[in-house]
Amino acid sequence: MQAKGTPDMLQDKDRIFTNLYGFQDFGLKGAQSRGNWDGTKALIEKGRDWIIDEMKASGMRGRGGAGFPTGLKWSFMPKESDGRPSYLVVNADEGEPGTCKDREIMRNDPHTLVEGCLLASFAMNAHAAYIYIRGEFYHEASNLQRAIDEAYDAGLIGKNACGSGWDFDLYLHLGAGAYICGEETALIESIEGKKGQPRLKPPFPANAGLYGCPTTVNNVESIAAVPTILRRGGSWFSSFGRENNHGTKLFAISGHVEKPCTVEEAMSIPLKELIEKHCGGVRGGWDNLLAVIPGGSSVPLMPKDVCDDVLMDFDGLREVGSGLGTAAVIVMDKSTDIVYAIARLSEFYKHESCGQCTPCREGTGWMMRMMARMVRGEATLDEIDLLWDVTKQVEGHTICALGDAAAWPIQGLIRHFRPEMERRIKEYRARIAA
Amino acid sequence: MSHLRRPAPKELQPTSFAFTPENQEKAKKIIAKYPEGRQQSAVMPLLDLAQRQTEGNWVPTVAMDYIADMLEMPAIRVYEVATFYTMYNLAPVGKNFIQVCTTTPCWLRGSADVVDTCKKELGIGVGETTEDGQFTMIEVECLGACVNAPMMQINDDYYEDLTAESTKAILDALKKGEKPKTGPQSGRKGCEPIDGPKVLKAFCGCGAAPQDADASEGDA
Repeated sequence: MQAKGTPDMLQDKDRIFTNLYGFQDFGLKGAQSRGNWDGTKALIEKGRDWIIDEMKASGMRGRGGAGFPTGLKWSFMPKESDGRPSYLVVNADEGEPGTCKDREIMRNDPHTLVEGCLLASFAMNAHAAYIYIRGEFYHEASNLQRAIDEAYDAGLIGKNACGSGWDFDLYLHLGAGAYICGEETALIESIEGKKGQPRLKPPFPANAGLYGCPTTVNNVESIAAVPTILRRGGSWFSSFGRENNHGTKLFAISGHVEKPCTVEEAMSIPLKELIEKHCGGVRGGWDNLLAVIPGGSSVPLMPKDVCDDVLMDFDGLREVGSGLGTAAVIVMDKSTDIVYAIARLSEFYKHESCGQCTPCREGTGWMMRMMARMVRGEATLDEIDLLWDVTKQVEGHTICALGDAAAWPIQGLIRHFRPEMERRIKEYRARIAA
Repeated sequence: MSHLRRPAPKELQPTSFAFTPENQEKAKKIIAKYPEGRQQSAVMPLLDLAQRQTEGNWVPTVAMDYIADMLEMPAIRVYEVATFYTMYNLAPVGKNFIQVCTTTPCWLRGSADVVDTCKKELGIGVGETTEDGQFTMIEVECLGACVNAPMMQINDDYYEDLTAESTKAILDALKKGEKPKTGPQSGRKGCEPIDGPKVLKAFCGCGAAPQDADASEGDA
């Protein structure tokens, strides 16, 4: 399947999610035919430290957006219980605009996640795990529940999981439409049956999380990759991508490309290669590209000249003032009303602010209203600086990262498209004067 | 703020609520998922259960009180949850509850056409219900199917890769009481490129018909 002359392109034998497109049976039989649940007991028998060391060696950084090293995160969990149980919580509240990768894992390859939950929970001394899936994913939840039921029936989870002597229970918990519950402490609050409002940290969940017990919250993709990483070794996973940015990764490319799709690729793939090889290129050709939001709506956009040679990994995108986030690539061609595209995101953050912190509750509304005027040019030139100032009043002044996420897209717009904003204002004022 | 986010006026509120025997059993199973003394965790799934049971697909205030009693929690804590999460309708909606995603990735691919088609074909505005009670249409934020944009959710089902034409076809089918095909309307199966998978071909039996294990066949 490899195009000639591109030996670097990820090969199918190194793809973790081989039923990503759902052409095969997602059930247990299909999963086993793809190598899932193979030798799980032996992996458990290698012990907790071995699993955590392999995860550290893999170089996996969390796939939910923040990119914190997964193995290191696990090592924060208490090795011995002080009487409280430990929990693994899987964040399946996929709602970052542009992001639709965990959905494919859960509906087409759910056993990768179920097996990963067992292995990760064992490594963290947790006998129970909860998967928090967004409520709108009704059919995804249904497939995942079927996989869980199958795993119970086959003795793969439950009492004496896989014959390993380890007891493990796995529960699905459905959300009900709140983006903020993708924030780990809001998610924990939500499982506890409360409004999803983030908690102050510390204490961190590893000390006091779900029900006040030691808890680790991981993204679906992080956990679902664990069984394959352990079977093939951390060094296999770390052979992909640049130093500090290892592994394979699901990329979801939406917007103005010829053929939007989700694909598993090696980390550090050039953005242009990702779009041209897998998506048939930008609509109207590469030169018709205006800007790309490379990691879900929360990261700043990049204008075309940055897109020309940027690498898709944590460090590469940070260096250009953006971020990998969830690796949800939103492509915008030259026909895009770029001010509206960002203004619509401001509406999103206004809608999703939980209302707990004043700078976010008030600031998202303020930013949304100013952005709506910027779309029409109904402003004065110095209001662009005022808007910038408002984003700075919100950024870093809230309990969770939603405030930052609301501020950054606007900052990206002002940084790269200020002339366009000024043009609209001047034209509007000229119209008014006439 | 949409009227669905505020408790319906008194004249619409029923005066009593109880789970059906079948849902009582379901509720018991749900509560058992959580540790003893942590039954409050079941409030969200029970609100969902109550909404599914109620004619008009909504959560009356008495249902919230009923759940509060069942979980031994103050009613105000249930109200807080019911008003915080957008999937709980606090007023009745149409039989076909249409939620069109209009967040940026869907907007880039033409979600405005989908909204306009719904308005035109149903004769209602955003947030309104048709006179016959068959359709309610609202705009929602990202539903997490962005490579299949634009898309809408009708009750539990996603309809993806929409155009004005396919949106109209779906609405026409629903008006006739038919069940339109869910998922991408463009001919592709899922999130692979429109002209077929470029990778994982050996796992896709390229061109093979979708198998039984189709996501849309599930039943949670």
